[in-house]
Amino acid sequence: MSGELTSRLLESPLWTDAMVHESGIEVRDVPFVTVGGGIGSFVTVDYLRIAGVPTGQIAVLSNIDHPWQTYQYLTRVSQIPVPERIRSDSSSRPDNIWGFPSYALSEAWRERSVRPLLHVLGEPIFADYWTPRAGAVFASLERESARIAYPDMLVKGVVRMVRRRAGGGYFTILTPPAGTTSTKRVAYRSRFVHIAVGYPGLKFLPDLQAFREEHGDFHHVVNAYEPHEHVYESLKTAPGTVMVRGGGIVASRVLQRLMDDREKFGLQTEIEHVFRTFVTGSHGPHRWSRRKGGHGFAYQGFNYPKSVWGGQLKAKMRKLDGEERAAEYRRMGGTNTPKRRRWQQQMQAGRDGGWYRAYRGLVDEVQPGNRLTSIVQRDDGVQRIASDFIIDCTGLEADIADHRLLSDLLTNGGAGRNPLGRLEVERTFEVKGTASGDGALYASGTATLGGYFPGVDTFLGLQVAAQEIADDLARRGWAPRLGPLRSTAQWIRWSLNRPVEGSASWSRS
Amino acid sequence: MVPILIGRIQTRFFLIALVGSLVTLVLVPLLPLSYRDAFVVLLAVAVIGIGWELLYHLLMQFRWEKDWPTLFGLLTGVPEGLLLWFLLKAGAVPLIGAVPPGWAFAVHFGVVWVAVWLAANGPMRVPFLRWRFRGGRLV
Repeated sequence: MSGELTSRLLESPLWTDAMVHESGIEVRDVPFVTVGGGIGSFVTVDYLRIAGVPTGQIAVLSNIDHPWQTYQYLTRVSQIPVPERIRSDSSSRPDNIWGFPSYALSEAWRERSVRPLLHVLGEPIFADYWTPRAGAVFASLERESARIAYPDMLVKGVVRMVRRRAGGGYFTILTPPAGTTSTKRVAYRSRFVHIAVGYPGLKFLPDLQAFREEHGDFHHVVNAYEPHEHVYESLKTAPGTVMVRGGGIVASRVLQRLMDDREKFGLQTEIEHVFRTFVTGSHGPHRWSRRKGGHGFAYQGFNYPKSVWGGQLKAKMRKLDGEERAAEYRRMGGTNTPKRRRWQQQMQAGRDGGWYRAYRGLVDEVQPGNRLTSIVQRDDGVQRIASDFIIDCTGLEADIADHRLLSDLLTNGGAGRNPLGRLEVERTFEVKGTASGDGALYASGTATLGGYFPGVDTFLGLQVAAQEIADDLARRGWAPRLGPLRSTAQWIRWSLNRPVEGSASWSRS
Repeated sequence: MVPILIGRIQTRFFLIALVGSLVTLVLVPLLPLSYRDAFVVLLAVAVIGIGWELLYHLLMQFRWEKDWPTLFGLLTGVPEGLLLWFLLKAGAVPLIGAVPPGWAFAVHFGVVWVAVWLAANGPMRVPFLRWRFRGGRLV
């Protein structure tokens, strides 16, 4: 089969049309290409479509069928089934660029109940933050996907690389599913490329990685982001001890599942909870910078302090570079989880009953045997702690260079790293150093964490990025700028679930 | 909401001018209140509000999230309304013709406050897409 990458292409950071032609790779022209096809691609395309860009101007290159597919998988395995509520603000809706009506208002309307509205009114003082059900999020995404004709823009396949094109723009190399195209690879020639490929991969705690590799045991030592239902099933058949590692939202979810099961099925499960950093109370350098905490956890409603998505912290970070920016990330960062009343009650019951034990500790190694033995350095010396299972809830992420596409961008595309080691982007989310003629390459999502805008790896953060990108495309004269009149008219169409239309001002071909 | 100081002030002026005026136009014929006095009250809510917003901004600094919960936006109407009422009674509000009866002031102020608060908590985002990401700044 013809159309393979030649060594000349592989070695050259800048491709001419002739070089691609020589290789026999089929070339397709589309002005805007987004790579990933998850929520990041979706909200960006949603914004552009509402601004008036026709479907024919956009290609979504993705190996998944629906934008919410990966998210749905990750929420399910990390113990958020469809009826459960996710950790996201009521007005952070990836299916609605306005954030109005909020999820709470929609739920109130759907269920003919004022309870969600009263809840939002009282949060976070008299109630926990109101958050939407996972199922409601997926259903609303499905509706919006159909409304903007997302499937018409979707092209299935795996993206191998993006290279700059001599004369401006980029080539994006896609490997479509075998047998669906006449050539093995297809090159998308575009003026703009947007990259939203999500998490480059999971990383395990070093001692757990060593244990899994050495003993080939993927059954007793699991990561919370991989399927591990067998742990809960096993505990139903025989009493056991589970060691939980990490102090973030996923640890909270896993604890809830263990404690719910304990209550529901009358189990005897015991829990050893090891924190690397054990928070005992409010913490921070001064009165204006203090976060709540206790019993090991740092408490915060959402992944970041709320004002990173639009208020003081967003404005502040936008001005910082280099070490100053890294320091600000450290100040507000750190693993945290929401302080939910239900979780507090469960943990208190566990502490009182002596079956939930939480402490600070560093694990040196894990040894096999009838049961697992963790060698833990605790404040009062080294201890050997036995458990039947270990669940790694630390959610460590792999380096961006572990992702082939991002690695190629760093090596051949001119991209660099930010103070946190991820892709350095401008305030417009253009990847610094990758400009090509009149074209631009953007990135959003977790790969860009550490930039001028902190909340990138969240629903609302992806929408902030989408807006910045769309506005930058408007400044470059490509997409129409979404102003108050069209915004209002399009919002009415959204409310009526009417399809979006191309803008009358669209004159580019 | 997650306002910045200048965003608070801009949003207050804009919403009082737009939503406050519309509500006032509709309400005044139903109340023992002249248009002139009603609009002087609106102007006073806006101008004295600069001082209030400075105070709210200061108080917000004690919050880790640097946010301003929805409920705060509603309840701050109580001290603001009371202060304005005392200023009116004390004759400290210039341009006012006659001080309205207490109940008429309360109805006018209360309805304007709730309408502005509702607009700020949702509908405002529809025409002004960038507003919520810019701490409430309009310009």
